[in-house]
Amino acid sequence: MDRLDTLSAMATHNPSMSSLEADVLVIGGGSTGAGVAWDAALRGFSTILVERRDLADGTTGRFHGLLHSGGRYAVKDPSAARECIAENRVLRVTAADCIEDTGGLFVSTPWDDPDYADQFLEGCMATGVPAEEIPIGEGLRREPRVNPDIRRAFLVPDASLDPWKLVWGCARSAEEHGARILPYHRVLDLEVDGDRVVGARVRSEHGEEFRIHATVVINAAGAWAGQIAELAHCKVNVRAGMGLMIAMNHRLVHMCVNRCKRPADGDILLPLRTACVIGTTDVFVPDPDQTEIRQEDIDLLLDEGEKLVPGFRQARALHAWAGVRPLFEDTDKVAETRDVTRSHALLDHSSREGVAGFVTITGGKTTTFRLMAEAAVDAACLQLGGHRVCRTAEVPLVGSENHVPYRIGSRLAEREPVPQAEEIICECELITRARLEDTIRQRDTTSLDDIRRLLRLGMGPCQGGFCMYRVAGILHAGGSVDHLGANRALLDFLEERWKGLHPILHGDQLRQARLDDWIYQGILDVEHLPA
Amino acid sequence: MSYDTLVVGAGLAGLTAALRLAERGQRVLVAARGVGATHLAPATVDVLGYLGDARVDSPARSLAALLASAPDHPYRHVPAERMTTALEWFAERAGTLGYSGNLDANMLLPTAVGVPKPSALAPQTMTGGDLRDGGRFAFVGFKGFKDFHPALIADNLGRARLPAPITARAIELEPPASRIGDLSGRVLAGRFDHGELTDWLGGALMDRIDADERIGVPAVLGLRKAVETWRDLESRLGRKVFEVATLPPSVPGIRLYEAMAAALRDGGVRIVHGVRVSGAHANNRRIETVDVVNATGSVSYPVQAVVLASGGFASGGLELDSFGTTRETVFDLPVIGVQSTDRVRFAPRYFDAQPLAGAGVATDDLLRPIDTAGDPVYANLYAAGAIIGGAVPWREKSGTGISIVTGYAAAEAILTPTTLAATEAVR
Repeated sequence: MDRLDTLSAMATHNPSMSSLEADVLVIGGGSTGAGVAWDAALRGFSTILVERRDLADGTTGRFHGLLHSGGRYAVKDPSAARECIAENRVLRVTAADCIEDTGGLFVSTPWDDPDYADQFLEGCMATGVPAEEIPIGEGLRREPRVNPDIRRAFLVPDASLDPWKLVWGCARSAEEHGARILPYHRVLDLEVDGDRVVGARVRSEHGEEFRIHATVVINAAGAWAGQIAELAHCKVNVRAGMGLMIAMNHRLVHMCVNRCKRPADGDILLPLRTACVIGTTDVFVPDPDQTEIRQEDIDLLLDEGEKLVPGFRQARALHAWAGVRPLFEDTDKVAETRDVTRSHALLDHSSREGVAGFVTITGGKTTTFRLMAEAAVDAACLQLGGHRVCRTAEVPLVGSENHVPYRIGSRLAEREPVPQAEEIICECELITRARLEDTIRQRDTTSLDDIRRLLRLGMGPCQGGFCMYRVAGILHAGGSVDHLGANRALLDFLEERWKGLHPILHGDQLRQARLDDWIYQGILDVEHLPA
Repeated sequence: MSYDTLVVGAGLAGLTAALRLAERGQRVLVAARGVGATHLAPATVDVLGYLGDARVDSPARSLAALLASAPDHPYRHVPAERMTTALEWFAERAGTLGYSGNLDANMLLPTAVGVPKPSALAPQTMTGGDLRDGGRFAFVGFKGFKDFHPALIADNLGRARLPAPITARAIELEPPASRIGDLSGRVLAGRFDHGELTDWLGGALMDRIDADERIGVPAVLGLRKAVETWRDLESRLGRKVFEVATLPPSVPGIRLYEAMAAALRDGGVRIVHGVRVSGAHANNRRIETVDVVNATGSVSYPVQAVVLASGGFASGGLELDSFGTTRETVFDLPVIGVQSTDRVRFAPRYFDAQPLAGAGVATDDLLRPIDTAGDPVYANLYAAGAIIGGAVPWREKSGTGISIVTGYAAAEAILTPTTLAATEAVR
């Protein structure tokens, strides 16, 4: 059973007082921020985390979901490769419930430089990434849909990582150690006293403004870290590298399949729950909140997918989305985004700009989020009166105490003996009414999009076509919202969902979308709901 | 085995054309990949519900305005008198389902979110929900049935724009337990058909309803005996009782399919599901045989005429590939309303006008698909239903209307060769 349903509990408190106090204030609710909160709380620091939107709504919730083995960086960024394999081993133990142990496969297709495969093996050897060459026939036996013209195949310990479970796992674990996690709390300003950051002024989604006083403020805002640093007149040169992902309706592959070549666009295809995801592209964008999906990038991914899995363009594409990587540069010189190191950057602003009580952790990638958190909290310790030992490499997250990775069929296995015992609200993802109602109550949310992230509700083939009417009715019947609130939630969800649907809409998914048009417009006439 | 006409598709348009042809003596084969949108749609006959944002009170009086704003609309090819004839004919053929209504005035029937939706005709189990005259309404939900939320319906209707004031409230009842906890409309309909729920519902409502209330229930009163159950409830309660359509599978839609399919069987029509029409052989722009692929191979049927009622994107009659090309999937006919592949295919906001929404085939006034020069692609190929472009049926609320009217008109075009000859003479 997924523990996430309970993990989300208690996440939204609305502080009624006008100010809060903590040793550590973390800004940013992605994997890095949640990891920092977990680490700091585990070391016994009183900790508050604020996130302007929902947890994992920024970069973490929009990445492809690859727990790197390090193979991808073995040639061009050996230090990143070493970090990846080390963290990969740690997370398999401490965050097991967020991981599906799919394994990874690197394949050389006819489009890939044949010499790279040897460099790859050497690089893996040098960085300690276990890579084993297997016969092509064996590779194709494991992945029958992969292009039969591959020339070499290598096994690596890549895995599939559920980003929402990871972040909520960290958040819930932090809360169990006394931290307060405040999603939908936006930082309006940093409080500066002389040469010291002493806290922040924040505003909740309900419009309440209050202060949080903290000995150390850790800026874990990722691609938005520059904007936060500016509030304390510090400079963090982080740029946003937009990456596009497309989720396909089926698991076209069982393992994380990588092209064996220098990292480029559209060279990873990995299973994520019942779907699979192809990624990604890499384009600098001036504003991390402006990520426009371009048709040419969609076509690029589909064409690269076709090289990896022939017939890819005829397969059913579910959804497209873009995330932004935080790419840190310590100079202002412009580089190609793929040339910017994937290692993280820890910036102690007391040594850089003479601003005490303020640390920025940015760059990096989700696979190394724990390491980044450790570095940030180590730096914070210096300003908190002495070092305390980091324990996140040993202590499992809530839900991962048994160190058992999740399996793709776990929800089905639960339901199969009693297929019709209770109402199933989302048939695609097998979400029962009881589980939905628990989540709504615990999370105290009326956003169907928040619910989606917690339960994966509406993320299956029908993309919410059937379940969102039901959820709106259940929200309303449960008294969480009045009818106008339920209408708004439903219409917002349809609009939000469309953003990821329309860029890739073709083939069978267009059929599905048209069925959903019939349901919501033809049958229910939602466009004429009172607003 | 030879047939006069082969109909591609077993949705409402195909069934309508086939039935009209059969009752005029034709031998008809319906070849379909599966059932059509009947199993999805609410079974009301929606002819025209909205012109842009304006709700349509009378389809008859709004047709001219529709055709002015949507010049390729399928209604363009069917005169209003024939539309009226088609709808009257349909209401008669649907028999015991008891359709009433006409082109002159739309009813306003509540949807399962509580929006008053305009429909020209509705089966008798639904017409009691007409909101136009105002009054007091109670909506009844069944605990455990996830596809119907009476409180949301009642609250939204209380705020709806209506010609006369209404009040609406919700009643939640717990049906007697059964083995199945995950209730679907079909499961409930089965229990009504088996007589397990009628007494219970009548009894449970008796004490809870007020004298002048009309009672709205989810459209699950049965697949075989819905009309009897509905009548029984009305007489026990002494009130109007009406069904409200909800999510697919549509129980009233399945009833409609079954009623039409029974009439077709009585008329000697053969309906074959699970097959695909793969193409046709033509001579001098006249289809002579049609290839039908089944599980074991392909059969070539000699025919006099073909009705293409394969539906739009939802039913697979149209297909958009990943390169942005839209094609008609059965005969590869020219398609209108499509964007060139380098243009944006969809608007970025869901409720905005969608560029591909009106895609489909264009036809002449005999409903024969035409090429870019305006000539019929085949002299004996006719189109009916959602495969015809130029409409946005889910937005206009015109889908069932288009299916019945064009299905009927296509049959008439086949049956009336004089019209055909006259038209060709004009060309």
